[in-house]
Amino acid sequence: MSCPEASGTLAGSGDSGSGNPAASELIRLTAAELSAQLVAGEVSAVDVTQAHLDRINTVDGTVHAFLHIAHERALTAAADIDRRRAAGEKLHPLAGVPLAIKDVLTTRGMPTTAGSRILEGWIPPYDATSVRRTLDAGMIPLGKTNMDEFAMGSSTEHSAYGPTRNPWDLDRIPGGSGGGSAAAVAAFEVPLALGSDTGGSIRQPAHVTGTVGIKPTYGAVSRYGAIALASSLDQIGPVSRTVLDAALLHDVIAGHDPHDSTSLPDAWPSMVEAVRRADVAGLRIGIVRQLDSSSVQSGVSTRFHEALVLLEKNGAQIVEVDAPHFEHAIAAYYLILPAEASSNLAKFDSVRFGLRVTPPGGGTVEQVMAATREAGFGSEVKRRIILGTYALSSGYYDAYYGSAQKVRTLVQRDFTAAFEKVDVLATPTAPTTAFKLGEKLDDPMSMYLNDVATIPANLAGVPGISVPAGLAPEDGLPVGIQFLAPAREDARLYGVGAALERALHAQWGGPLLAQAPDLTRMIPLEGGHR
Amino acid sequence: MSDITAEQVAHLAHLARIALTPHEIEHMTRELGQIMSAVERVNEVATPDVPPTSHPIALHNVFRADVVGNTLTTAEALAGAPEADGTRFVVSAILGEEQ
Repeated sequence: MSCPEASGTLAGSGDSGSGNPAASELIRLTAAELSAQLVAGEVSAVDVTQAHLDRINTVDGTVHAFLHIAHERALTAAADIDRRRAAGEKLHPLAGVPLAIKDVLTTRGMPTTAGSRILEGWIPPYDATSVRRTLDAGMIPLGKTNMDEFAMGSSTEHSAYGPTRNPWDLDRIPGGSGGGSAAAVAAFEVPLALGSDTGGSIRQPAHVTGTVGIKPTYGAVSRYGAIALASSLDQIGPVSRTVLDAALLHDVIAGHDPHDSTSLPDAWPSMVEAVRRADVAGLRIGIVRQLDSSSVQSGVSTRFHEALVLLEKNGAQIVEVDAPHFEHAIAAYYLILPAEASSNLAKFDSVRFGLRVTPPGGGTVEQVMAATREAGFGSEVKRRIILGTYALSSGYYDAYYGSAQKVRTLVQRDFTAAFEKVDVLATPTAPTTAFKLGEKLDDPMSMYLNDVATIPANLAGVPGISVPAGLAPEDGLPVGIQFLAPAREDARLYGVGAALERALHAQWGGPLLAQAPDLTRMIPLEGGHR
Repeated sequence: MSDITAEQVAHLAHLARIALTPHEIEHMTRELGQIMSAVERVNEVATPDVPPTSHPIALHNVFRADVVGNTLTTAEALAGAPEADGTRFVVSAILGEEQ
């Protein structure tokens, strides 16, 4: 613990010396760079936090990445870190680094809605384990990020609180369901964020925003306190601007948690070490023939293949592999997910938390429940609950849910066979760049097809990473490349991701996000969604 | 097989305890029909010889140690409830008129 008297003897936040970078520079730093400056005492946690809060204040009215901004709490936590560091306490290297938290994770004393009206105003009495670990490391939570309601969607348009906008083009989607976390990181509102990935909700937003996103191996990060969408598919993971930053956060949140019975008891290697050792010489990279098709947008395909050539130049070996059942993965996913979701969302019963709507004239508890769920759930959530209820109902169970579980076996077998030939698989993260807001809102199936390349990893529990691969020539929008590794080989993804990132940064003369539009020069849009 | 009727959707909504409006039922009947036609494809490859997978990385017999740990207090557990009496959640009548 810190000595209270020590704080008075050391430089406060406004007096960090001549090395103190301007706020506009602080927000551009990566978490690793911020950590180095914080540890060296070149900048205070309060300065870093204030710079990011100021940035949020400037741009989030336009981007709408946040549902809740914990202004006071963040500054108090930052001051505490400065005090403890000044007192000589040994702190985690990320202590004082700001973090955004997807609103699907419970945060004690901070509102948590999962993007739904049914949880409006709910203050959880406990922290998710992943959140708890970041707090224990001394990270500063700036707030909760927007998402599709209960993580159902690929565009963040299904949030009950209005959509998030893509910082690269405000008329376009930031991906989903974790569009808020990805947009916050891409808009330099925060260097790191937590996301959740059930069918691509970390990786696809990374793809469309020029950021990095990782879905760890199923069970690598505790799901305790993650409001469940589909329990056998959900996984929590990091969102960042660089692969190293993601690794720093990954090392904080991963590891066994007795509160989650599906948490793996494995001892995990350091992902940061994997980044530092990054080398693709001799690495066998498999291209999945079934996902390298003509339905991929030309610019996405171009950047994907250029990245592969670059990896080849760095010593990797590119091999074509088959995954014949991947084409059935979406169908299986859209049976398994609604089935599990219909069960998980039964907990929103108007009794223990959240909204309660009583029908006119009153009613039984069941009638109150039905009226509450009608009023509290959005259209996509209702659609999937009904779909899941149908897939699980007697007489249809075998044909739908049972068959989907068999496809899951077949997808796993495809992965097993592919990983006998190669070390990692590579695919375009999603078939297109960011589509326009509203474009797919009335066509659920078209929205679902966007997850074609990300879903197989969730069905099989294997880890996946999306790393920026460049801008599509035809629309100037970001493109991501996805790598997939066998279960428990998350470190391999950090290695190949970091090696590609290094090679691409050398080509681009810096990170891709340096090319993003200056949001402070963009005219705020009409009809803000706050 | 995907000929879902409005009556079926209304029944499913009842099972799921969602008081859908007639308009929603009509809309959802059409959408569910389209979605089910697409997801029915699982049956193209789900042959009897393939075993089902319910969980991607199966763990067996996961139990915690039988020791008392920190749990929420009653006040914390009730804090988010729409209605509570200090020790219990309060709901309206559980039994309907037909009982």
